[in-house]
Amino acid sequence: MNDERARDALALAERALAFAEAAGASEAEALVMAEDAALTRFANSQIHQNVAETNAVVNLRFVVGKRIGVASSGRTDDEGLRTLAERAAAIAGVVEELPDWSGLPTPTAVEPIAAGYASATADASPELRADGVRQVIAAADAAGVTAYGSFATGTETTAVANSKGIRVGETRTAAQLLTVSMGPGGGSGYAEQAAVDATTIDAAAIGRQAAHTARASVDAVALEAGDYPVVLNEYAVVDLLDMLGYLGFSALAVQEERSFVEVGKRVGSELVTIVDDGRDPTGLPMAFDYEGVAKQRVSLLEAGVCGGVVYDAQTAGRDGVSSTGHGLPAPNTYGPFPLNQVMTAGTTPRDELLAGMERGLLVTRFHYTNPVHPKLVIVTGMTRDGTFLVEDGKVVGPVRNLRFTQSYLDAIAAVSAVSQERMTIKGFLGGVVVPALRIDGWTFTGTTEH
Amino acid sequence: MRDLTQRALDTATQLGAGYADVRVVRRVDESIAIKSGRVEGVATGENEGFGVRVLVDGAWGFASSLRLTAEEADRVAADAVRIARASATALREPAVLDDRPPAHGTYETPVVEDPFTVPLERKIADLLAADEAASKIKGIAFTESMYAAQREWKTFAATDGSLTEQTITHVGSAVEANAVDGDEHQRRSYPDSGGGWNAAGYEYVRGLRLAEHAEPLADEAVALLTAPQCPSGRFTIILDPSQLYLQVHESCGHPTELDRVYGTEASYAGTSFLTTDKLDEGFRYGSDLVTIVADATAPGGMGSFGWDDEGVAAQRVPLVQDGIFVGYLSSRETAPRIGRRSGGAMRADGWNRIPLIRMTNINLLPRPGMSLDDIVADTDDGLYLSSNRSWSIDDRRLNFQFATEVAYEVKGGKKGRLFKNPTYTGITYEFWRSCDAVGDERSYVMLGTPNCGKGEPGQTGHVGHAVPGARFRDVQVGVGKW
Repeated sequence: MNDERARDALALAERALAFAEAAGASEAEALVMAEDAALTRFANSQIHQNVAETNAVVNLRFVVGKRIGVASSGRTDDEGLRTLAERAAAIAGVVEELPDWSGLPTPTAVEPIAAGYASATADASPELRADGVRQVIAAADAAGVTAYGSFATGTETTAVANSKGIRVGETRTAAQLLTVSMGPGGGSGYAEQAAVDATTIDAAAIGRQAAHTARASVDAVALEAGDYPVVLNEYAVVDLLDMLGYLGFSALAVQEERSFVEVGKRVGSELVTIVDDGRDPTGLPMAFDYEGVAKQRVSLLEAGVCGGVVYDAQTAGRDGVSSTGHGLPAPNTYGPFPLNQVMTAGTTPRDELLAGMERGLLVTRFHYTNPVHPKLVIVTGMTRDGTFLVEDGKVVGPVRNLRFTQSYLDAIAAVSAVSQERMTIKGFLGGVVVPALRIDGWTFTGTTEH
Repeated sequence: MRDLTQRALDTATQLGAGYADVRVVRRVDESIAIKSGRVEGVATGENEGFGVRVLVDGAWGFASSLRLTAEEADRVAADAVRIARASATALREPAVLDDRPPAHGTYETPVVEDPFTVPLERKIADLLAADEAASKIKGIAFTESMYAAQREWKTFAATDGSLTEQTITHVGSAVEANAVDGDEHQRRSYPDSGGGWNAAGYEYVRGLRLAEHAEPLADEAVALLTAPQCPSGRFTIILDPSQLYLQVHESCGHPTELDRVYGTEASYAGTSFLTTDKLDEGFRYGSDLVTIVADATAPGGMGSFGWDDEGVAAQRVPLVQDGIFVGYLSSRETAPRIGRRSGGAMRADGWNRIPLIRMTNINLLPRPGMSLDDIVADTDDGLYLSSNRSWSIDDRRLNFQFATEVAYEVKGGKKGRLFKNPTYTGITYEFWRSCDAVGDERSYVMLGTPNCGKGEPGQTGHVGHAVPGARFRDVQVGVGKW
């Protein structure tokens, strides 16, 4: 560990741990999460919201035998930490035992990830963000459309100290620029880029891409709902991975029989390989989870066949295996989560995904998706910001947005092409690396007026 | 605290802010999660900090910190001004605020039984009793029960001399039973799938009587495993409050947010079909029976307060009157653009977030005459849908699709057999225009949600919805295939 922020955070975690041990904990874990974050937001081609925050929280898991209490606080002085320990101890004193509590995790080898931090992001100023926004607006102006969006930069420090000897800390940075362009005739487009280093984000290119889609989607026509083959841009594909992760790739979901995952069972096309890899430098890397366990690379789908699921300490204890480093902050009744999903690139150039499609749709992204049948991963949602009719391998024009009600399992089984190129996108909780996909069947169940 | 707020305001003013406000917020919370009789998570949290919002030559800046010191007040105020000057480099229309009178006073949520002093053992025991009642039903795979409480102490001060102090308390609780057979997973919950939530004390949780409701709902969860699939087609549907509140939330609450109309949420949540020309023309949003208000004074609602987070007093704003669209949720910046004063709907999720236009309590008012049972008795052929399971709506809030936990067949004015996996879909204004019965006070209940998402960076809002049951004609039911 070579960064001062992480050292300070770990020292704070160790102080909190000491108060917990002094208060009688048989096991304890102190998690410190500190951030400096800023976000510049724009609408109607001007900045309308512009914010910054400095925040920190100490989350203390206090264990007495098999009784567990959790308390959190933003106070970092001795009195605050003492009170924190007392609050957590008071809970542990009255709750029922967890019969299968297997203890806090033990130390693992955590290797720092240099690729997870960029000083340019940590030092990003409001002027830098405003400059990026102006580039997006300029691209929109040039295309005769209006720009909306946000440019976020942030530094997050995480540290964990527990009574089993875990002592880890790291500082990560992340930046995200996204924009929606809207123009006359109801045209709408979207583009996004996420990166560890804010200065690698090409704001002008993002602006041009969204503006181009907005111009191309002017005067969209109604299309009847029904089954169509689709090409999903990366911004839509990220929703597939988020939902599969949310509903299935967790050990707790399997243990509670609400997951589709059965190891060795084919659920996807041979073209679909997904791993969770916190160390992949093309994503938004993190070295360890919120229990201080080193991130393991977990094969989730290997050529369409279920590989493994992600574990935290508690679910690992139940199955007699080791945590894969996917724990979330306690108390966590939701279970472990794959924060760094990476889908393997394919062999089809992105601009050839439409080739051979007789009649189908090109989808920019999805909006407001929600599970209808969790175990079958049936999801409903809308298309948004550019939906196009494809005939004989070519885009022939924009169509109004459509509602779908679609099993994402059926969708990954019907993947017939995967792009060579991939993008890093901020997903539901973490960074996701995805290609674009061609899927041979997608069920659209409704229409709207734009 | 006043020293800190004044220091921040003075610094911001000295550095060039034409307007500034500061909020100091301390929040405590407590949660209990039980799964199949196991106390899986008990947690308490506290955080405190302040945020400074400034307007410099019509450009906005905001900065915040958890360190409540004079030096930090100076730093944060200066940071906010610097950020505002950066905003000014991409500004086309300077922000202008309406001229509401300075706000002064205190407000406190009425609480009979302080949830933070009720012994933790008592609260756990109450939940365990409900959980046990559900889990003892044969065929139940797992149960989940939850309790949560949150209290905020909030001081607001502004350069116009406003100073308010508020203490706001919210509580929520729920029990849920799950039955699983192969790929079939059925769930029933009470009082609704997200839990019953009110601005109140523990008396509200006791009043829910979770344990009494747990057993019958668990029976239904098991029965749903073998129930027939809900049919597809055009149906008359009756929505009870546990579903109708979310229908109001998604298809009336969000589209009447005036910031969405003006595009300032376009990059995230979207915009709205309720454009201002529809206000001018008296757009027919629903049938004559539909009257919806935004009421920040409603007892028990999580959208109730004394003043919003820019110092505008709580008020009741008509949104839809006898079916006609008549008003918006608004702020000091947006309301003047439609020639009105702020409706007092600016709310922030804690000290480190700016206020946004948020729902207060968006209430569908009851109509005298028919109870919910009367509506069922008045229905020859239809479906009665209860408790939300899934929701989705497009980015202009027109095309929606909801799933509920259960549908009951209604034949000859009586509720009959169960159907599993019901869904329904429609276009917002067509749906509300098809409303031909609204229940009276007897089914009118205050519900709400503690997880309304909006804004970048993300904010989670606590909002209230008081609704009765209601009936809708010719609705598309049964969407998708499985």
